[in-house]
Amino acid sequence: MIQKTIIERLKVLADAAKYDASCASSGTNKRDSRGGKGIGSTEGMGICHAYAPDGRCISLLKLLLTNHCIFDCHYCVNRKSSNVERARFTPQEVADLTISFYKRNYIEGLFLSSGIIRNSDHTMEQLVETARILREEHDFRGYIHLKTIPEADAEIVRRAGLYADRVSINVELPTVAGLVRLAPDKNAQTIDGAMGTMNDAITEARDAKKRFRHAPRYAPAGQSTQMIVGADGASDADIVNRASALYGQHRLRRVYYSAFSPIPDASAVLPLRRPPLIREHRLYQSDWLMRFYGYSPGEVAQAAGADGMLPLDIDPKLAWALKFRESFPVDVNRAPKEALLRVPGLGTRGVGQILSARRHRTLRLDDIAKLTVSVAKLRPFIVTADWRPVTLTDRADLKALVAPDAGRQLDLFAA
Amino acid sequence: MTALQHVRLGAYHVVPMAAPDDFGEWRDHARRMVMADVPPDRIAWTEPGGPAGNLFTHGDRRLPVPDRDAAQPRVSRRFMEIAKTVIMHSDPERFGLLYRVLWRLQSKPRLIEDAADGDIRAMADMARAVRRDIHKMRAFLRFREVEHEEGEYFVAWFEPFHHILRHNAGFFTRRFANMRWSILTPRGSLHWDGETLREGPAATRADAPTGDPVEEMWRGYYASIFNPARLKIGAMLKEMPRKYWKNMPEAQLIPELVAGAQAREAAMVSAGAMDEEERPETLDAVDKAIHACSRCPIGELHNTAVMGEGPAGAPLMIVGEQPGDNEDLQGRPFVGPAGQLLDVHLEQVGIDRKAAYVTNAVKHFKYVQRGKRRLHQSPAAKEIDICRWWVEAERSIVKPGLVLAMGASAARAMLGKTVSITKARGKPIELEDGSELWVTAHPSYLLRLEGAAREEQTRLFDQDLAAVAARLKALA
Repeated sequence: MIQKTIIERLKVLADAAKYDASCASSGTNKRDSRGGKGIGSTEGMGICHAYAPDGRCISLLKLLLTNHCIFDCHYCVNRKSSNVERARFTPQEVADLTISFYKRNYIEGLFLSSGIIRNSDHTMEQLVETARILREEHDFRGYIHLKTIPEADAEIVRRAGLYADRVSINVELPTVAGLVRLAPDKNAQTIDGAMGTMNDAITEARDAKKRFRHAPRYAPAGQSTQMIVGADGASDADIVNRASALYGQHRLRRVYYSAFSPIPDASAVLPLRRPPLIREHRLYQSDWLMRFYGYSPGEVAQAAGADGMLPLDIDPKLAWALKFRESFPVDVNRAPKEALLRVPGLGTRGVGQILSARRHRTLRLDDIAKLTVSVAKLRPFIVTADWRPVTLTDRADLKALVAPDAGRQLDLFAA
Repeated sequence: MTALQHVRLGAYHVVPMAAPDDFGEWRDHARRMVMADVPPDRIAWTEPGGPAGNLFTHGDRRLPVPDRDAAQPRVSRRFMEIAKTVIMHSDPERFGLLYRVLWRLQSKPRLIEDAADGDIRAMADMARAVRRDIHKMRAFLRFREVEHEEGEYFVAWFEPFHHILRHNAGFFTRRFANMRWSILTPRGSLHWDGETLREGPAATRADAPTGDPVEEMWRGYYASIFNPARLKIGAMLKEMPRKYWKNMPEAQLIPELVAGAQAREAAMVSAGAMDEEERPETLDAVDKAIHACSRCPIGELHNTAVMGEGPAGAPLMIVGEQPGDNEDLQGRPFVGPAGQLLDVHLEQVGIDRKAAYVTNAVKHFKYVQRGKRRLHQSPAAKEIDICRWWVEAERSIVKPGLVLAMGASAARAMLGKTVSITKARGKPIELEDGSELWVTAHPSYLLRLEGAAREEQTRLFDQDLAAVAARLKALA
């Protein structure tokens, strides 16, 4: 067989990685290449070096080491029984490619994942070896995110954290039943165990760092995970609860949601309607509500309908507000921060500006209009010096008044 | 003449700035103006290369001399921070705006916190635009490797919208400390030799290299990492406005990627045999649908789909591999030699076949033509997986408490993965709906064996069937 060129393999292995939602390169410690031999820096915030027409940011060189796989997960394009074109890189090739892209300022670093070849341990060794070459031979100080293989030996997985800024372990599906059905070679307990072990290792290394200045850094950007949305029967409420448990239990930095996407050569166990992309968006919004707006998972679930699904036509914050109208209107001149954060249409920045501006003036509707994107959406939910909604929050057609033009919105996102 | 008299006389001042982004210079001039009590509308600030000739440029170019005992202007640290960013904005009005805020801060020291104030908002907007440009330069600047007598050397051409070049120098030297590079812009240039940074004059695009072989790889990556099933052009444009595209090698691919996306998605969907239809809810509907099925190549052969048979609501579902020659001709499952053998053994253990729902993992007969004979071919894993859709439809309608899968294909159809019959037989496997799966060999396997091997396998087969019969009784 004729070996494919680097660029041919790059195309195959990037194509295979495109279903992975994560591309973040933030949250790690600050460092740069001064005083070293190599290149690279991280300054806390990640940089998106380009955007693809799917609206997603390209920050890292996101690749699979190989898309050969001995596993047979039905939602996965690389599963054993799929007929996709296969390719593989050596760790050295991936390291070299990363460096030559980085030198041209195309990327912040590498996000490496892999199909399972030979066995989980061997695969994990290869991933770790790639990171080792980058760090030790190239003295690379940019960002490295390694996807770890839960079934691999814990010691090898541990080593990943010594080289990587972030590690992730995919929970794959929000329910155990979904995992059993769609990822027959995976095991929920193994995945959970691997996350727990990783969390312990991260915590331990942080403690050591406090006591010894030269303790090795260990996955400073923490761990994240991804789950596939819409491939099993899990409702949004199930998903939100699962995510919230993961944040709490294993102290994950991020939970990514990936709307199940039509994949070439898909398994027929997935003859499901593709979930609308907007569903993934609503889940991210609900994630935001929990992480930045003080909502509990239970409250997010309250925003969902009886079937546990978040409405697609309006965002979860508005949905919650429409259900709990007694919490409104909120007086922007007096209400505490927590109450302002619940006003649909007010973001964290808008709330911050209101809090700072109201120390100097009594805010009028006009002032709010200057600080926010759309005062029309806010009006029914707030009280200002010159405005008090009288019956608005009781009106049955409130949703129609404040919701964006549903038809248009769905057109934009669905497809 | 005192400063106060200046004001009374309506004097105005022209303050020429030597550099467009030098905060220290602005601060020194502004401090002096405040101390000399010059109101904002009496000053015209000009920058090098900026437009000249408005009314005020005829004003006094000498800076006023403040009173010896004039108080130093006071500002908060927050103002200083924002002002350092605003000074880099390309709007010629920025110096005047900053001065106006500085002036107002003297009588209202906490004005800066009033986000609803027009001047404060204008400052915040300018600062945000500058920060964005700083960020976009770090993101969208592309180095190209050039020939150089001392080895690797990288040159970038970038067109910033604000005066951010000098501010960003630190970022690039920290990141590419051990590389040698130049950044060329229409507003000036930076040169780093691995040790020292040198500022140079403005450049033109013609001074910059035009290509780099690695760009071909980068474009290949960019096109491949994009998922055509998720086209969101608005989201892309919001973060990567068109104005930056011309100097980004990958951006030239965007029009064709967008144009080709729908075709690519359609190809992905059809290659994936994704189906948008609902699962049929009656056995009749399944029967009708499988006759029209061409999701895998087997359905395209000259054959007829064979539906399972038996009562809906049967407590036992028996699954075989696929219809054979006889089944295909008669349109009924398990009527050939293997079916007849099955009947004998079922009767022995006391299972009434008529009370069971009997079906196959694959609905069409897969064969190769040899002369007049059609030779049985085992279905591939992929074909079983595709047909699993139909078996599951049948199972969800019949809702058996117990499923007997005969052979590896049937087991795969139930479990989604290949299991070893030897290891899986003889014990119940719980299915997701709570029902029990039992696995055994396919009766046609017994037909292919001879002698002692056949006896041994027949014994095991009967043993499995007996266990199933016992479980059925227990469940009933």
